[in-house]
Amino acid sequence: MAASELIEYVTIRIGGQSFGVAVSDIREVFSPQAITPVPRAPGDIAGLLNLRGRIVTMIDARARLGLPARSQDEPAMALGLDEGADLYGVLVDAVGEVLRLDPAHAEAAPGHLDPEWRSLIRGVHRLDMQLLAILDVRALIGRRSALAA
Amino acid sequence: MDELIGEFLAETAESLDVIDVELVKFEANPADRAVLDNVFRLLHTIKGTCGFLALTRLEAVAHAGETLLGRFRDGSRAPDSAAVTLVLEALDRIKMILAGIETGGTEPEGDDRDLIERLEALAEGRAMAAPVKAAPEPEPEPEPEPGPANATEAENEGDWGFDADLGRALRPGEVSLADLEAAFLATPGPQDLDDAHEADAGPDASADDAADEAADDAWTAARPANALSAGTAPAPASTGARSTATIRVSVDVLEGLMTTVSELVLARNQMQQLVHNSQDSALKGPLQRLTSVTAELQDGVMKTRMQPVGDSWRKLPRIVRDASQDLGKKIRLIQEGEDTELDRQVLELIKDPLTHMIRNACDHGIERPDVRAAAGKSETGTIRLSAYHEGGAIILKLADDGAGLNAGRIREKALEKGLATPEELAGMSEAQILRFIFAPGFSTAAAVTSLSGRGVGMDVVRTNIEQIGGAIDLSSTPGAGTVFTIKIPLTLAIISALIVEAGGARFAAPQLSVRELVRVGPDAPVKIETINGAHLIRLRDRLLPVAALDSALNPHAAASGTPEGYVIVLEAPGRRFGLIVDNVIDTVEIVVKPLSAPLRHTGVFSGATILGDGSVIMILDPNGLAQECAVEGESGASSDQAADTAIAQAAARQRLLLVRAGGPEPKAVPVSLITRLEDIDASAIEIVDGRHVAQYRGRLLPLAHAAGPGAFRTEGRQPVLVFAEDGRSAGVAVDAILDVVEEALELELGSDRPGVIGSAIVQGKATEMLDIAWFMERAWDGAPQRTAQARSARPSVLLVDADAFSRRMLAPLLAAAGYDVTVASGLHEARDAGRMGARYDVLVGDPGALTRLAAEGLFADVPRLGVGEGHSGILEGFVAIMRPGDRGGLIAALDQAARAA
Repeated sequence: MAASELIEYVTIRIGGQSFGVAVSDIREVFSPQAITPVPRAPGDIAGLLNLRGRIVTMIDARARLGLPARSQDEPAMALGLDEGADLYGVLVDAVGEVLRLDPAHAEAAPGHLDPEWRSLIRGVHRLDMQLLAILDVRALIGRRSALAA
Repeated sequence: MDELIGEFLAETAESLDVIDVELVKFEANPADRAVLDNVFRLLHTIKGTCGFLALTRLEAVAHAGETLLGRFRDGSRAPDSAAVTLVLEALDRIKMILAGIETGGTEPEGDDRDLIERLEALAEGRAMAAPVKAAPEPEPEPEPEPGPANATEAENEGDWGFDADLGRALRPGEVSLADLEAAFLATPGPQDLDDAHEADAGPDASADDAADEAADDAWTAARPANALSAGTAPAPASTGARSTATIRVSVDVLEGLMTTVSELVLARNQMQQLVHNSQDSALKGPLQRLTSVTAELQDGVMKTRMQPVGDSWRKLPRIVRDASQDLGKKIRLIQEGEDTELDRQVLELIKDPLTHMIRNACDHGIERPDVRAAAGKSETGTIRLSAYHEGGAIILKLADDGAGLNAGRIREKALEKGLATPEELAGMSEAQILRFIFAPGFSTAAAVTSLSGRGVGMDVVRTNIEQIGGAIDLSSTPGAGTVFTIKIPLTLAIISALIVEAGGARFAAPQLSVRELVRVGPDAPVKIETINGAHLIRLRDRLLPVAALDSALNPHAAASGTPEGYVIVLEAPGRRFGLIVDNVIDTVEIVVKPLSAPLRHTGVFSGATILGDGSVIMILDPNGLAQECAVEGESGASSDQAADTAIAQAAARQRLLLVRAGGPEPKAVPVSLITRLEDIDASAIEIVDGRHVAQYRGRLLPLAHAAGPGAFRTEGRQPVLVFAEDGRSAGVAVDAILDVVEEALELELGSDRPGVIGSAIVQGKATEMLDIAWFMERAWDGAPQRTAQARSARPSVLLVDADAFSRRMLAPLLAAAGYDVTVASGLHEARDAGRMGARYDVLVGDPGALTRLAAEGLFADVPRLGVGEGHSGILEGFVAIMRPGDRGGLIAALDQAARAA
């Protein structure tokens, strides 16, 4: 197994579920501070925040995946990514380690999964301890903007 | 080579725009030799470059045009209208070929022989078989039959002398290079042209001349280096500073610079906030410097984006000229303030709307010469386009002295198109009806003409202008013309904004849309009133629809009682409304950041920004919010007209307090004038110096009784209406307080009895309206001094106010103060009075209406006294602006103005 075939994934937790996100998909990981809610925004948009002078549109991954909303004092982390000229942040519960996995070993998202989830999951890796669903954050953002446009 | 052609296209397009303008100027004033020389030089430059780039077809047309111009120059051909039309036609052909090159990369196939022949014929003074006049329009398509343009030259060779420099015979009308150089030496240099264009002028004719030695210095200086060698050759430095005074910078670079500066501004704001909160004074000095340098940098970068508004007007003279020819009208275009600078992005966006409006003015506005003559006007109509700065915005004004808009026709059309119901129309002011021309799908042109009248006009204009945060309005006087006023922000990137707080969050409201701030609440002079759940406030005796910002943004949240705080009065195009906010925090310059795709459709925000403390806040979109608020409370009626009508109807109704005083029949007092109702213990009322006073909140309150001094109660409780103005209070005692009613008031003015303004039918009964001002004077002074001057000696006042109620309150007040009052119920009547030559000593009334009159040149020299609230910003031209409640001050200011008159 050549190292070049491996893909780096960062593990994240959203509502008790583990996901992997391709490192190449994201720009940075940051701790979200002072999110300004936007009245009338779609439900999964947590608001806007200032990241070093740029305005980031925060998307709540829990809301997007239909998981119960986070309570006020629960900590959160964010994955930052660019989409065209806009900068997005995906709000997750926690960011863990970086894993190098072989995409060939990934299995397709199970057929009985909720269609909304299935559209966002590229595949599932069997790890020793748990299953790691690979979350397509690009689709999460892209679909989002496609829906609104 | 491609790059060269690209450069050539950009330069030529600009040169052609210049020629259009110059030629129209030239036609108007054939004696102006300098203009002709400019045109000649530009066309020659184009021709020269064409030869260099082997664009033969273009060269042939340019050459023929140049030849004709040469005849104008040497005086052998008079530049009449037909000739100028032909030259313009040649320019159009050149543009068409250029467009072909731009899309196809090479010259499009086509034959220009007919055009060239006509040009040559005219140049030689031959009678033309083809009617020149019949072809004012350029051919839309090149004729299909192919034919090399060079054929023309070949045919005509031999008729003209052989030029040794060129190594071939001269074409008809072509001058030898030697002659040309002489001509250029004799012509003034291109200094008088716009610098930018001068620098853009194409390579000269000598480029296709192998022996370039004859080129003189001045000419070389005007030649931009980049056209010859794509930017590698340095510009000749010694021969003139002009060529190096400007450089071409790509728009992307400027945009990038702007973004960077925006970030810098934000970082500076954050620093300021930090230093402000810390005790470290060592940072203050450097921060001060950073602040001033940032501000300078910001100014500088903004300047790079600025362009004179005249740049986008360059095509207009040609459009007006063509339109007047097509329509058989005589139209003069006057441009003022071309130097006014505007962000190029904004400039680009208003170009098309403006062009459309100019066409409209030619087509619909200006009448035919015979019609104008019959109306006693000059046969030549005037369209005046002006630009100027006003309070952080640019005002563009387009005025014509044509027929004016026909409100009756617009009304019919609005009805016919189902834009409004007859009832709605009946309740609308003329100004509101005129605004229907901005409604989608509205066009009043009786016949569709080639110029305009396709019904996609003014609504598109309005949309375009609103898109850039601007506003458009109009005023029109039948027979005298129409004035469109466009207000546009200086730039879209950095705006001044009011930071407000509502529902625990902060928002930015663009200062450009904010008309005024009004404090509202139980303790404030202005209260929020409610009709069927819709909030209203009284502002200068008018009703203004207001909505709580919080509930407008969160429509599903439960409303929490009657809101209080501040009302920010916003002006969206054609409508004015108020937003109730909890607090007004600050005014700051903010950098507008666009919203990401999912947030662009909320309809209520136009962007976001980062404040000095680093927090992100949303920028309110007044246009969107206006729509929200109009819908609110009136479900189904989504148009602003519906809201306007509701206001108009509500405004005619007034809340009246009914009291009894000296007789069984009720008397009425407008509730809006009353500060408080009190019940005072009769024993607390004393008589001091012949006047009644009462101890009231630790002060002495002077009292007057509505039924006369003898009517005060001596025991029990005395009902008193307390009025306050200008820090003073007075009470008017009555026998009993009966009721508060809401009535559509039809006041009959005039009464012989002091203390009564007039009477009205209230609840079916004739009811006297008490003259509160009179009673207050009486309470203060014992006995009001009514001047009983002879009527002829009284100074005359024209009272202009569209609001019936305020008119009726003011007119008796002014009359009582010894003025001869004429009442105008709006601009219309005031204009009529002005045109009939009426003279007044002072104008009093709505500041907006008075400003408008003055702007129209009516009563321009008469002192103006405004009555209204919150107009402190428009003091210029006014003696004073008084609050309607401040009667004492109003009369004092009026006295002063009348004495000065």
